[in-house]
Amino acid sequence: MNRRNFLSGSLRGSLMLALGGVLGAITGRAKARNTVWQIDPFQCTQCGRCATECVLELSAVKCVHSFDMCGYCQLCTGYFEPDPNKLNTAAENQLCPTGALVRSFIEDPYYEYTINEPLCVGCAKCVKGCTMFGNGSLHLQIRHDRCVNCNECSIARACPADAIHRVPADRPYQFKSRERKS
Amino acid sequence: MPQVVAQRFPPPQFTETSHLLPVPTEPAVRALWLDYLDIGVLIAALVLVSWLVLRRRSRSGVVGVGIFSVLYFGFWRKGCICSIGSIQNLSQALFDSSFGVPLTVLAFGLVPLLFALFFGRTFCAAVCPHGALQDLVLLKPVKVPNWLDHSLRMLAWIYLGLAVVFAATGGGYIICQYDPFVPIFRLSGSLTMVLFGVSLLVVGIFVGRPYCRFLCPYGVLLGVAASVSKWRVRITPDTCTQCRLCEESCAFGAINKSAVDAPSQPRATDKRRLILLLVLLPVLIAGGIGLGGLAGGTLAGKHRIVNLAERLQLEESGAVQDTTDASAAFRAGNNSIETLYADARALHHRYVVAARWCGAWIGLVIGLKLLSLAIVRRRTDYEADQAHCLSCARCYRSCPQELQRLGLPVPETPKPANG
Repeated sequence: MNRRNFLSGSLRGSLMLALGGVLGAITGRAKARNTVWQIDPFQCTQCGRCATECVLELSAVKCVHSFDMCGYCQLCTGYFEPDPNKLNTAAENQLCPTGALVRSFIEDPYYEYTINEPLCVGCAKCVKGCTMFGNGSLHLQIRHDRCVNCNECSIARACPADAIHRVPADRPYQFKSRERKS
Repeated sequence: MPQVVAQRFPPPQFTETSHLLPVPTEPAVRALWLDYLDIGVLIAALVLVSWLVLRRRSRSGVVGVGIFSVLYFGFWRKGCICSIGSIQNLSQALFDSSFGVPLTVLAFGLVPLLFALFFGRTFCAAVCPHGALQDLVLLKPVKVPNWLDHSLRMLAWIYLGLAVVFAATGGGYIICQYDPFVPIFRLSGSLTMVLFGVSLLVVGIFVGRPYCRFLCPYGVLLGVAASVSKWRVRITPDTCTQCRLCEESCAFGAINKSAVDAPSQPRATDKRRLILLLVLLPVLIAGGIGLGGLAGGTLAGKHRIVNLAERLQLEESGAVQDTTDASAAFRAGNNSIETLYADARALHHRYVVAARWCGAWIGLVIGLKLLSLAIVRRRTDYEADQAHCLSCARCYRSCPQELQRLGLPVPETPKPANG
């Protein structure tokens, strides 16, 4: 039995060295930092998969609004169906399937569009309308009060534009803004 | 390359009101101290289970910690990050120096292995929520025939090889994608995965821990570490009297029988078989390398970039007319198709190399398995198989010596096999 103990002892020692080697190789080469998943809104193509691919029943992705980019248009192409009957808040005129985009009058001719987050499903219909015909101020973001930070984001796996990546946890959002030029 | 957003409409000029522009809210990410708490709970649970299994020899204690782990690491933490999945982060980091791994992942990946080197697979016993959940549903254990048990256990080694290939090449985390129990912990998921998880649990009522034994890639690593562990599960607290009462107590086929009364083969047959298997080993490895080279291309097709390049090639050649979301997104961006093709070629090459290694690994594993089956160790005691024992503590109470130690009534002992 002595030979056995010696053998297993030395094997144990070498496996411990191997574990230490893995630890050293990983911590030595790349900075270990906490990261979370986020959408790059400039890469997003509004395909609608965010609403369906998230592991949560109601996606962690929601529409957010960068108000400083918004034109406060009376005819908002993110809010209204193409060729709406009337420019009012009737449901048949709205693009949003859940009525999560709220239109409120500020002053003639300006309207403000805010998102009722609990209703938003992240389908990107409004984002598409705003990006194609407007200023692109509506965009999708992963909301970290909902995201469970899966080891591999299943929306990222399905994203055709490869727009979802891990970002440092201390800068967890990538909002669009007027200043961004690159 | 992100484009400049078209500013089709000028910003509003409010004159009648002094309306201020709102700013989007930023819900906070999970606090860092909660991550450290997870690491603390992991280490505390490992210490507790190791003590309960090896010192207290308490099955009920193990069950208690198991229920806690299912609730905490499972339903509360949604099974993520888990040690099984962390293999992929660690492999990706080893092969891609720009890929960082946070402390939580390092701890979940390495600490249970370190514990296994000293205390055996106490992580599997009750700390891993996957294992604990399956342990709780195991009500009517049936014995899996030896040949089937040994063959099915090979699946886990192959799964580990494939998971490392995909993680190291940036092709995705298949362990996470095909995890059967995380959808149950989350209480949501795709129908196929929920059905897979539920059916594994139903099978698990009869077959002890099917995922742990036959699929878990982390269990493979833990098994290797545990096979040279410093301390280990000892069925009897005293000396083995060969009473054979523990023989059927293990639900996982992890008790090595005493070979005192086993008929021994003539030495010449043993030797011939060993030589044959030693010759077979390099043949198996070479075969694995060959098959890996063939499979590499197929595996590469699963990678996003290779997939996209193949699609674009079809579109460019006019073989297909329409576009996919991915190819349309690629064309909409400011991307060079030549760079993409070059990337795809490089990836294809990486996959072929990785698949050859994986094939060699599978060949080696099968060869060593056959060798280990051919070598008969002359055991004098009934003892737990160090690599396969999940430290669940079920076998303790089957030993009359243990019952005596605890002051419990000892059942009628059958005649010892060796008279």
